[in-house]
Amino acid sequence: MVDAFSTTIWPVTVLVFQILLVVVPLLLAVAYLTYAERKIIAAMQLRQGPMTVGPYGLLQPLADGLKLFLKETVIPTGANKVVFVLAPMITFILALIGWAVIPFGNGIVLADINVGVLYLFAVSSLGVYGIIMAGWASNSRYAFLGALRSSAQMVSYEIAIGLIIISVLISAGSLNLSAIVRAQAEQGWYVFWHFPMFLIFLVAILAETNRHPFDLPEDEASLVTGYNVEYSSMTFALFFLGEYANMILMSAIASVLFLGGWLPPLPIWPLTWIPGPLWLILKICLVLFVFIWARATLPRYRYDQLMRLGWKVLLPLSLGWVVLTAGVVLAFDLAQGGAG
Amino acid sequence: MATLDRVARTVLWQELVKGFAMTFRYMFKRKVTLNYPYERGPLSPRFRGEHALRRYPNGEERCIACKLCEAICPAQAITIESEPRADGSRRTTRYDIDMTKCIYCGFCEEACPVDAIVEGPNDAFAAETRAELFYTKEKLLANGERWEREIAANLERDAPYR
Repeated sequence: MVDAFSTTIWPVTVLVFQILLVVVPLLLAVAYLTYAERKIIAAMQLRQGPMTVGPYGLLQPLADGLKLFLKETVIPTGANKVVFVLAPMITFILALIGWAVIPFGNGIVLADINVGVLYLFAVSSLGVYGIIMAGWASNSRYAFLGALRSSAQMVSYEIAIGLIIISVLISAGSLNLSAIVRAQAEQGWYVFWHFPMFLIFLVAILAETNRHPFDLPEDEASLVTGYNVEYSSMTFALFFLGEYANMILMSAIASVLFLGGWLPPLPIWPLTWIPGPLWLILKICLVLFVFIWARATLPRYRYDQLMRLGWKVLLPLSLGWVVLTAGVVLAFDLAQGGAG
Repeated sequence: MATLDRVARTVLWQELVKGFAMTFRYMFKRKVTLNYPYERGPLSPRFRGEHALRRYPNGEERCIACKLCEAICPAQAITIESEPRADGSRRTTRYDIDMTKCIYCGFCEEACPVDAIVEGPNDAFAAETRAELFYTKEKLLANGERWEREIAANLERDAPYR
């Protein structure tokens, strides 16, 4: 029994605790991201935003959650019930499991695996499934069109994201996210070396998470609200949570790949004194602000413009940058690590 | 040169930078909205809101049942019946306003020779049932008691312009 405890039960308990330590703050962050979004956009439009529930409307996300929770779950007659219910769960779970490989500090990571970037890339690609399942299972034209748009868009922009990540990988010489951050400690943040790619990455993750100005999958004017039109109550809440958790995940990826993850801006005293996870959170907030800022600023793209931007602008640019990075690394013999 | 200029503007995201800078600047501007149920904008003393029947300071009701308001009401929302009271003065026995018909034109208060029927500053009197919007004399007199201070102040402020 002692053996079973020390080999199985105790490690699993610790792991579950660690996972909760990541997931619970994440869900709170998702709730307050909706609040921040409403407040920031309101400020940019000279409005006050939510003010009634709690001081400065601070309890608004909880009220929204409670309201969604108390609603009735409507499952359309024509829907494929199993897939219909499964789809939001998949979206939500995929938005959470990506966090397993995000390093919060030096050594503070749930799974320090050597293919962390590949894992993240796989998880974000799987995100398409939740959406296309939702669109198909709803048995509704709007939902299906929204799902088609969403999957086409996500697949297109993933290519650009993949190529941008390759540039970073060539510079860092590792697929391990902690190693990428450590490489940035030596070489300087990649936002300086790969600045154009950082901008393109921001554009691509906007499209990847179906955010403005690329939120065609939920274009109210032409699709009502897109793939989640038939969803209500908790199934809708899961989509919503998943979408916002995805935004935070993408911001975290951008922070880790380009903004030096847990590193302080300069390795000098008052800045190094602040713990690493706090720096990461600050950087994530910064990128999230850009998400919201873009939503307040930009009008929605047309679908052909979206595809043109993805395939004819971002793809060649990022591909060219990969070639450039590889060439520079080869020419000046800058290759890192022993991967070869 | 013009082409070069245009290309440079596109490549350097000039329009995007401008737009983002604009929204960022606006974020720190003063908010123009009010926190409505707790803050309200200013109301003109002539604002025509919920009706009220007023009384004289000694408690006597002002209305003398002349029925001018009933006659002028373009929506025919007012119904009045009257009888002589025990002391011989003519008084209303019934003074009803159908608030679902009223168009808030203010003709009733203009017509009134004794400032009895007035439209007060209250704009929040929505009800959950239709029946609650059929105001009776009691309801109107109660409104008069409730809003007398504001109504009297508004009449005084508006008096120089009449």
